[in-house]
Order: sequence, then structure tokens, then C-alpha cells
Amino acid sequence: MSALLEIWNLTKRFGGLTAVGDVSFAVEPGEILSIIGPNGAGKSTLFKLIASFLRPTEGKVLFKGETISGLAPHIVARKGVVRTFQETTIFKNMTARENVVVAHHLRTRTNLWGHYLNTPTARQDEAAFHESAAEILTYLGLGHVQDEVARNLPHGYLRALGIAIGLAAEPEVLLLDEPFAGMNHDETMKAVEMVRGVRDRGITILLVEHDMQAVMRISDRIVVLNFGQKIAEGTPAEIQNDERVIEAYLGHADAEIGV
Amino acid sequence: MVGAFLLTVFAVVPWLIHVSGRWDFYYTLTSVALLSIASGGVWLTFYIGRINIGQGAFALAGGYVSAILITKYGFPFWLTLPLSGLFCAALAVLIGLPILRLRGVYFAMITLVLTEVARLSALALPITNGARGISSIPLPGELSIFGLTLIPAFSTLGNVKLAFYYLATVLMVVSFAGLYRLVNSRVGHLCRSLQQNEELASSFGVNIAALRIIAFAISSFLGGIAGSIFVAISQSIYPASFPVNDSINFMLNCFLGGLGYVFGPMLGTLIIYFGWDLLFTTGQYQLLIYSTILILLIVFLPNGILSLPVFNRRGAGQ
Repeated sequence: MSALLEIWNLTKRFGGLTAVGDVSFAVEPGEILSIIGPNGAGKSTLFKLIASFLRPTEGKVLFKGETISGLAPHIVARKGVVRTFQETTIFKNMTARENVVVAHHLRTRTNLWGHYLNTPTARQDEAAFHESAAEILTYLGLGHVQDEVARNLPHGYLRALGIAIGLAAEPEVLLLDEPFAGMNHDETMKAVEMVRGVRDRGITILLVEHDMQAVMRISDRIVVLNFGQKIAEGTPAEIQNDERVIEAYLGHADAEIGV
Repeated sequence: MVGAFLLTVFAVVPWLIHVSGRWDFYYTLTSVALLSIASGGVWLTFYIGRINIGQGAFALAGGYVSAILITKYGFPFWLTLPLSGLFCAALAVLIGLPILRLRGVYFAMITLVLTEVARLSALALPITNGARGISSIPLPGELSIFGLTLIPAFSTLGNVKLAFYYLATVLMVVSFAGLYRLVNSRVGHLCRSLQQNEELASSFGVNIAALRIIAFAISSFLGGIAGSIFVAISQSIYPASFPVNDSINFMLNCFLGGLGYVFGPMLGTLIIYFGWDLLFTTGQYQLLIYSTILILLIVFLPNGILSLPVFNRRGAGQ
């Protein structure tokens, strides 16, 4: 079985600046793969390239052997590669449940006309989405706040809501944008469990993250970026002992990283 | 609530006018109905998160399409009415493709310019007859299907004002019923998601470009048919028939009624139209008082008049 997601020689230049240079790696079905790197290493750019929110200067991204780079983001989502955003990106004026219900868009069996005319299929769909949204929110520990307007939710819940929105699209690959940023130790541990749970639902996960501890704990494999280049790839144990990674992160080789 | 509204519009108002003999009110209320149709369109573009100050352009285009088809090609008015709307919708698709990528003040500015472009085009194009405009447009003729007369020719009617009143109000009711259905369907929820975050919407598979175009086309369709009926009423159209002021008013109507309420533009139009007329007695201070009231309303009621608690016991729109 070949890789689910393949990144081939991906390069993105902004003017004279190479944000991502010739990065290649592959994501296997069912794994959790993390992309890490110091600030400005090109993580976010690489993330956007994979989700097709940016067009690569060179190289390509393949999903199940088919090129997805250069396609519109909604087409990529339709194929099964869905990204999440950082916590402030939610529909603030909708309730948590409305956020997730509207995100079930790819599962509708009728077109906009059908919805406009409120056909039986549209009604069945909406009813099913409400149930599914409640299930997803409960699963992610948001069951008790699902009827709150998102704007009023505490920060800690927003990240889970973002993931709930991503899950509603029933992705095969879920791309998580810094899912642990700004969390304390306990929150991070909970979030790590949550992401593992999502993977156990059969969803392959690729995440971009800053928090070393969390990444070491959660990842099956890790790709390390520095100045837009891939400097290492391997299991958490391999990465922790990689000279170049230690140097990139801490500037000197005698420090210890991670857990 | 809906029943009471329909009864008022279609029976009580005509009866009151009949009793009081204030026939001029038909003209006023017909205008309010048509302006609120155009404002309803603007409201929909607000609903996808775009400030649209270009509805005057589409009202003008719709008016000209109707006028030209009637006077130069002998089309019946009843055919030009939908055609003017469809022409504007098609125009909106062409214009919208590039400009709907813009947001906020940039989109607003472009649409504002659109109104001027429409006026200047009407002055310059050979088919629109320049500054002389098109006048002496005949009144709407008979509408019949298979020999069955649905609507008699307006020229044979004793009361043309009443006929236009019914035409405008029926269209207003149909337009707002259509908008209400849209807002309360998934299409409306998607529009709302676009208003709040387009990238997030595209991340779960929404074709945001297509949805923006659809909303803008519906908006312009409504502007077009409103323009077309205005032309039928005044039996003439000039490049200055829908100036920038109108475009701004369409937007203000939405603000005043409430951007979150589908019936907001209808109420906003009614209040702005009558408010302005009532202030006529204040003479030179009319504009000053009018603007002050508008500013106060926007400051203290940012979500519009329909956000007042009195309207929200049983959802006004949503």
C-alpha cells in the first residue's frame, strides 16, 4: 500500500524569500505525523501548501496518487483532505452546534436548489447533521455547551470546536494547525488524547506544532523543518537524538529536548 | 403576523386610501415597495459579508433594458420585467467574478464606482439615447396566457396607481418570501458562514466563489426588476434616474432595519422614506435633523430597528 499523502519537492518562494524549499515526505494511512520547527521555519507555509490554501512555486502534493496542489481548497476538502485553523477561526455568531451542522456541507445529498426548496432529502439531511453534530461535540467534550454562541465560549473549547468542524467534513486526512498552542500542561495532555481519539476513528493526522513535549508524545513520526528545509524525519526517539535538530532548536548541541 | 401584514398591504391600506381620498399615497407606497425590493437585494450581499453600494447601477440597467426592449423592439412589459432582472443577474456574474474577491471597504468602493459607471455608460452608449433618455414609454399592456387575461392592460384601467401599487406590493411579498426561505435554508446558513469566515467555509468544501456570485446575482436581479417597474411607472428613464444617492439609501435601508433580519430592509425603507418626507416641514434643517437621527440610530441601535426587544418575542425573520 502506497502512502496516503505524498509531498514531492514542495517549494514556495515569496519574492526572493524561499519559505519552503524542496521538501519531500509521505504520510502513511492511519498515522499521526507532526511537522515541527523553530519560529519562521516555514511550518505554516508548508501547512497551507498541503491544504492547497497556497499554490506551490514548485513541486506537488499527491493524495491517493492524485495531484491536489493547485486545486481550490473546497475541491481538496471534497477529496478528503481537510484542514483546521487556529482557535480564533470559527463562526463566532453561531452556536457551537450550528458551527458543526453547517460544516457537514460535504455530506449533503442534494444541491443548493434542493435545500432552497426544502425537499424531503434536504430535511432528512439537516436532521441527520444535527444528530451527528451533537455526537461529534459530545465526543470532543463540548456536549454541554453545544447551544452556546461560539463567541461566548471559553478559549479552551474553541480548539476542540475547530476540530469538530473539521470532523464534520468526514476527512480521510485531517490537517491540524498548532492544536496545542497556548495550552498549559493539563490542557495539552487532554488535547493529545483527543487527537489520538480522532486518529482512532480512522482519520490520518498531519499536524503542525510548536510544543515539543506534546509532539513527542503524540506523533508516530516527525518531520523537522529549519529555514524552509527538511532537516530530519523519523520517530520521536530518532528526532530527540538528532544532532541537527538539537542544534536548530537550541543553537547548541548539549541541551536536551522534549520529554 | 404574516396574515396581518398581507391583509394590511392588500386590503387595509387601499381601503384607508379610498376612504381618505389621499390617492397620492399609492405612489409613495409603491415607491417604498420597489425600493425595499432593491434594498432586499443589497441586504443579501450584506448577508455574505459585502457592503454593496452599487444597487443603483443595477436598477438603472434593469430600467434601461425594459425601456429599450419596449420602445425599440416592441416587447411587452411583462416579458421585459423578468428579462431586465435576468440581464442584471448576468451582468452581476460578469462584474462579480473579479470584484467579489475584494472585501470590506474595497468592495464597497468598487460598487460605489459602479453606480457612476452605470450613469456614464447610459450617457455614452448609443442605445440608451444619451442625456435625453427614453421617454413616452407605453404603460404595461395586457398579460394573457392562452387567451386568458391574467392582468388587463394598464391603460384601460380606471386607476393606474392602484394597479402599480398591487404590482409592486405583490412583487415585494414574493421577493421577501423568497429571501426568507433562502435565509432559513442551508443556503442561508452558508451565506452566514461566508459572512463570518470565508476561508473556514472553504475548508469544509463550500465553493465560496460560486456562492458569492449567486448571492450577488440574486441581489442584482432584485435591483433590476425594481428598476424596470420604476420605469414603467414614470414611463421614462434618464441616466440620472438612479444616482449614487439611491445606492447609498438602499444600503442605509438595510442598516436601519437591521442586517441580521431579512425583513429589515422593508422596515428600513418605509421609515427612511416617510421619515425624510415628514421632516420636510423643518425646511432648511431637514438634512441636519435627518442625518443626526440616522447617526444616533446607528450608534445606539447597531443591529437595526428590528433588534428592539419588542420585535423579538417571536423571531422577526430569524
